[in-house]
Amino acid sequence: MYVAVKGGEAAIENAHRLLAHVRRGDLGVIDLSVAQIGEQLALLVARVMTEGSCYDPELAALAIKQARGDVVEAVFLVRACRTTLQRFGYAEPFDTGAMRAKRRVSAIFKDVPGGQVLGPTFDYTHRLLDFTLAAGLPPPPPAEAAARPDETVPRVMPLLGEEALIEPNPPERPGATVPDLTREPVAFPAERALRLQALARGDEGFVLAIGYSTQRGFGRTHPFAGEIRYGDVMLEFMPEELGFLVPLGRMSLTECEMVNQFAGGGRAPQFTRGYGLAFGQSERKAMAMALVDRSLRAAEFGEETGAPAQDGEFVLSHCDSLQATGFVEHLKLPHYVDFQAELGLLRKLRAESADASEGKDVGEMS
Amino acid sequence: MTGAIGYNFAYLDEQTKRMIRRAILKAIAIPGYQVPFASREMPMPYGWGTGGVQVTAAVLGPRDVLKVIDQGADDTTNAVSIRAFFRNTAGIATTTRTSEATVIQTRHRIPEGRLHEGQILVFQVPIPEPLRFLEPRETETRRLHALAEYGLMQVKLYEDISRHGHIATTYAYPVAVEGRYVMDPSPTPKFDNPKMDNSPALQLFGAGRERRIYAVPPYTNVRSLDFEDHPFRAQEFAEPCALCGAIGVYLDEVVMDDRGRRMFVCSDTDHCETRRAAGHRGGAFGL
Amino acid sequence: MNAISPGFADPALDGQCVFRAVMEALARPARPRRLAGLAGPPPPLTPELAAIALALADHETPLWLDAPLHQAPAVPAFLRFHTGAPIAEHPAAATFALLADPARCPSPEAFAEGTPDYPDRSTTLVFAVQRLSEDAGCWFEGPGINGRARLGTAPLPPDFPARLARNHARFPLGIDLLLTAPMLVAGLPRSIRVVAEG
Repeated sequence: MYVAVKGGEAAIENAHRLLAHVRRGDLGVIDLSVAQIGEQLALLVARVMTEGSCYDPELAALAIKQARGDVVEAVFLVRACRTTLQRFGYAEPFDTGAMRAKRRVSAIFKDVPGGQVLGPTFDYTHRLLDFTLAAGLPPPPPAEAAARPDETVPRVMPLLGEEALIEPNPPERPGATVPDLTREPVAFPAERALRLQALARGDEGFVLAIGYSTQRGFGRTHPFAGEIRYGDVMLEFMPEELGFLVPLGRMSLTECEMVNQFAGGGRAPQFTRGYGLAFGQSERKAMAMALVDRSLRAAEFGEETGAPAQDGEFVLSHCDSLQATGFVEHLKLPHYVDFQAELGLLRKLRAESADASEGKDVGEMS
Repeated sequence: MTGAIGYNFAYLDEQTKRMIRRAILKAIAIPGYQVPFASREMPMPYGWGTGGVQVTAAVLGPRDVLKVIDQGADDTTNAVSIRAFFRNTAGIATTTRTSEATVIQTRHRIPEGRLHEGQILVFQVPIPEPLRFLEPRETETRRLHALAEYGLMQVKLYEDISRHGHIATTYAYPVAVEGRYVMDPSPTPKFDNPKMDNSPALQLFGAGRERRIYAVPPYTNVRSLDFEDHPFRAQEFAEPCALCGAIGVYLDEVVMDDRGRRMFVCSDTDHCETRRAAGHRGGAFGL
Repeated sequence: MNAISPGFADPALDGQCVFRAVMEALARPARPRRLAGLAGPPPPLTPELAAIALALADHETPLWLDAPLHQAPAVPAFLRFHTGAPIAEHPAAATFALLADPARCPSPEAFAEGTPDYPDRSTTLVFAVQRLSEDAGCWFEGPGINGRARLGTAPLPPDFPARLARNHARFPLGIDLLLTAPMLVAGLPRSIRVVAEG
């Protein structure tokens, strides 16, 4: 009886074996390959890489398989692996303007140099379940476009910059050290670089909800989608001992630049910016991130603060899905010692209150 | 926890260990102050003791003997899991005997027996900030600690007294360390608070999710906050342990059947087993 | 250019050993304990200073070196190579300060004492002294000391007790001190008080 409330090594081992068995499911159904996840669940892979803050589609696909499709668990697996990886240095900053865009849209001009490129998007699909998918039929081949996929498309935001209608991007600071959220504890108020890192790693649902709240008036920023682009960039690294750039490979990214309400104050009125960046095709995340980035800059523009989306400490302390899930789920660990302490106090208080209602003198109790 | 081949001694890489070790040294030099540290993602979830595990991993050496307890017991699932983690990644000896351990990682309890010099007690901490539930903002609580402005806490405790006639905090009961920093002792029952005072062992506290490390050196004054007219009092249990007959120890209430029969037994399983091995018997044996 | 002398034979285990000695030294102040030095560092870097630097410093922790250490070119090169730590120009910028000639140590105020919000952002000083003993010197009290303890050490600045008292008066700000002698280390963190001069 006493031992029944305690777990043992064998119980844990058995639970892990059962989990592995349940994860696999019916052995009569073909095993899901990591390659299948990578090819056919690419958006999930992108999300796991983004929140796992590690660009490795194969690793992310494996994590998704191992996690039985649970996003947070998959992110956890990727992060736990990431912390053990040795760091060789920092890659060169990449230019998203040089991106080979597979998709690029702007909502602020009817047409832009390079054109509106829809690319693979759900945007105008009718959300009707497609039963031909269930039958496993191959889709018709894509339309052959005249556009050359290698071509880079010019950015939209400089069109506003020419007239100084939008705040300039922060100046480049070559050689400056960039703070790293994963290497040093965040102190509040956190600078923008740290906030962007936290938002990029942050849970998509949380960042989406906070971004949404700004549109509903809790820290309104009047956003316009200046540009959303998705495509590949080349990642390069400069080894100190070589002294020249070494290409590391291509990385697929989604970038969102929001144009927001103008700020006046001491200077001439200008639109302001919000920025979002995520691995793979992660449009919702990049857009939500850009909204929250801008709302977290409220104090910088002397705007009223007070909405959750304007509170850096609130957003940064709660956007991480691993921290959140860990603390919520840890409630299932045993807490009986503390519960016993509360039980004891409650029994005593109830006894006292019963005594008091009978008009008895309540002595000091321990 | 299956094999951990390919990982460093005690799992963490050396750079991470150095970072944690530096934080531990500062924590010892400023007793009760919460040192921020760059907590890493561990292969167990936040809330499962990642802070304690990181502190233990940074401290452990091959000659250490590790004991891990949760709720006072060595055989609770998470204690078993953490012990196995270090056996696999550090290859060190483990024990359930408090007196034999050099490092004891704990969640929610301090062992009953007096610890000795040279022992290190590592606490797993969920919310290291004692003022957090009075003031949710880190920027504010940090300032309050800087100014040693703890009136908020006194007010909260006094409100309890006026509402309930008692201080209604039964665990994670705040303490003042060497008369300076107010500190969260982790969610141990306040029963354990007096054991923190002037302990011969070094007490280290790790909060992974909240990224804080703090410490109480050996032989350090640790005082539970209270009032002259409402002095601090630890819980007392009306009956002895049903298994070993111990009194003056913290007891778990075990529900025996669906008719509400209950039994009270030592929460510290090693303490209970050691006493029973020495021939002590409690009421469950019909004495 | 001579080859740089080797670091730890086993960085994980040797580093842990040094750290534990240093941790125990700070946790039980004024009690010298055994510290395995690192063989063959470039002089005047002592085996103990070298061991502590290699165990605790890296690219995140600027090191400040006193004149004798700084002026021996092999010393900064050795420390840079093994730790990756930047060498700090000013003592106030340093996480660790290594001193081969502690008698000429700048006053504690020259180093980082932390801020009221972050008193941990302070310098830890590591002295190489010739001897450490428990039967002479100042008496100390405070966290980590059961009753009182004394620590005899030399050479030190003549106003050393006054400096320690000043440092403690700034608590929780202040510097922390590690004293090393051959095969030994003792700690004097900011938390302890000088109760009587020896």
